[in-house]
Amino acid sequence: MNDLINISLGDAAVTALTGYLVVFFGLVLLMCVVMIMGKIMVGSKNKAVVETPAAAAPAAPAPAAPPAPGSAGELKLYDTDPKDAAMIMAIVADTLGKPINELRFISIKEVKEDEV
Amino acid sequence: MNILDTLQKLATESGFASFIIADGGWKNLVMILFAFVLLYLGIVKKFEPLLLVGIAFGCLLTNLSYFTGMGENALYHPELWEAFLDEASPYYHSYGHIMSNAGLLDFFYIGVKAGIYPSLIFLGVGAMTDFGPLLANPKSLLLGAAAQLGVFVAFFGAILLGFSGPEAASIGIIGGADGPTAIFLTTKLAPNLLGPIAIAAYSYMALIPLIQPPLMKLCTTEEMRKVKMEQAREVSKTEKIIFPIVVATFVILLLPSTAPLVGCLMLGNLFRECGVTDRLSDTAQNALMNIVTIFLATSVGATMVAQNFLNGNTLKIIVLGLCAFAISTIGGLLGGVVMYYASGKKINPLIGSAGVSAVPMAARVSQDVGKKYNKTNFLLMHAMGPNVAGVIGSAIAAGFLLSVFGG
Repeated sequence: MNDLINISLGDAAVTALTGYLVVFFGLVLLMCVVMIMGKIMVGSKNKAVVETPAAAAPAAPAPAAPPAPGSAGELKLYDTDPKDAAMIMAIVADTLGKPINELRFISIKEVKEDEV
Repeated sequence: MNILDTLQKLATESGFASFIIADGGWKNLVMILFAFVLLYLGIVKKFEPLLLVGIAFGCLLTNLSYFTGMGENALYHPELWEAFLDEASPYYHSYGHIMSNAGLLDFFYIGVKAGIYPSLIFLGVGAMTDFGPLLANPKSLLLGAAAQLGVFVAFFGAILLGFSGPEAASIGIIGGADGPTAIFLTTKLAPNLLGPIAIAAYSYMALIPLIQPPLMKLCTTEEMRKVKMEQAREVSKTEKIIFPIVVATFVILLLPSTAPLVGCLMLGNLFRECGVTDRLSDTAQNALMNIVTIFLATSVGATMVAQNFLNGNTLKIIVLGLCAFAISTIGGLLGGVVMYYASGKKINPLIGSAGVSAVPMAARVSQDVGKKYNKTNFLLMHAMGPNVAGVIGSAIAAGFLLSVFGG
């Protein structure tokens, strides 16, 4: 115990290095676990997607869904992925401090680097 | 007793007289001024106000009411806690002795000493944290690990400056940029340093937007900073539910000393994600978090007793804390640079600096700096991966140091 309180420089260096390696070891193992978990999830999701169309082919096209409550028409996207658009709208709402359903987005267009 | 005796008694027992009569009473005056400065920083400059205002006021209360040798009306009694920690004392680890002599802030401090408040804060943090970005890109865990570099470099630096092993470990953890973890570890290993370490940890976290950008510029090229990262995959609800269970099981089995922090972090996250405990998640994120923050901040501030705080060690801790923070940022950025090359220049290394935890401030800094160099770049969600990985990383670092120095 006294050795740990009055730790020598050599021991401190070894402890520091070991500690850093333990952190890496723990998080690398965790990364592997998360990757395996992700692969299993993505695999099972893909399997479900492949099986679904064969099982349930629609007899007639479904009627268009009514707009969500609070929506204000359609948003036009130019060279923008819908997921990016959702993120941009969330960031704008957060920056303005307004609830997203109180804002109206008309269109979102990606500005290319050479246009900036 | 005549009126003159009464007035004389009131005058000599007053705090004003204690500044002159008490041994080192002037130090209390310095600490009171220091508390005013902290209040100014918290209220006017908005430096981590939710914690700093409470810490500052705790510091003010303790230095208004406790003077060396005149502690009968004190809200916090350092000598009670010294006896509590002294193996030779008959009151070693005696909560009964504390409770029968305690002031209000001593009662609050029991929650810190027992490790309850930091763990409950982690419960709230878990309930507020979306681990989706980490699950979408598990490699960001590597950045969370790389950004713990400052913890161990500062630990070594503290040994060089003459601190004991447990004290150096507590100082090093400032580099984890995680207040509850720093308080948890320091309470266990070096409670005498709790005040300066908590102040250093929270001050530097508030200064992240000033500390990190110059280092980000130093460690990366303009080409690297312009990299636009691809949209990460969508994470299913099932993954988000399984994740906290897996992490708690895995990390606690690996390092049992991390159980209070990691256990509460993951329990809070499970409340958030499982979909059947919304009320508990809401309480953990809001009411409980706010209540615990009040107790934690005031009791940490109360430990800033003049006689313990005003010494050379505090200055050393402030300097070492800054080094720890800066080196952790550099570690994360260098990890980001390695991943930039390893991924074929697809990863923007700026997200590495977010590995120091300090959720979500560090991720916002990555976003802001990235956007400065490429206006079409949105790094926020990519940076949240290393950011929350840093929380787990700093808990593992603390668990390691606790298992080595905790006896």
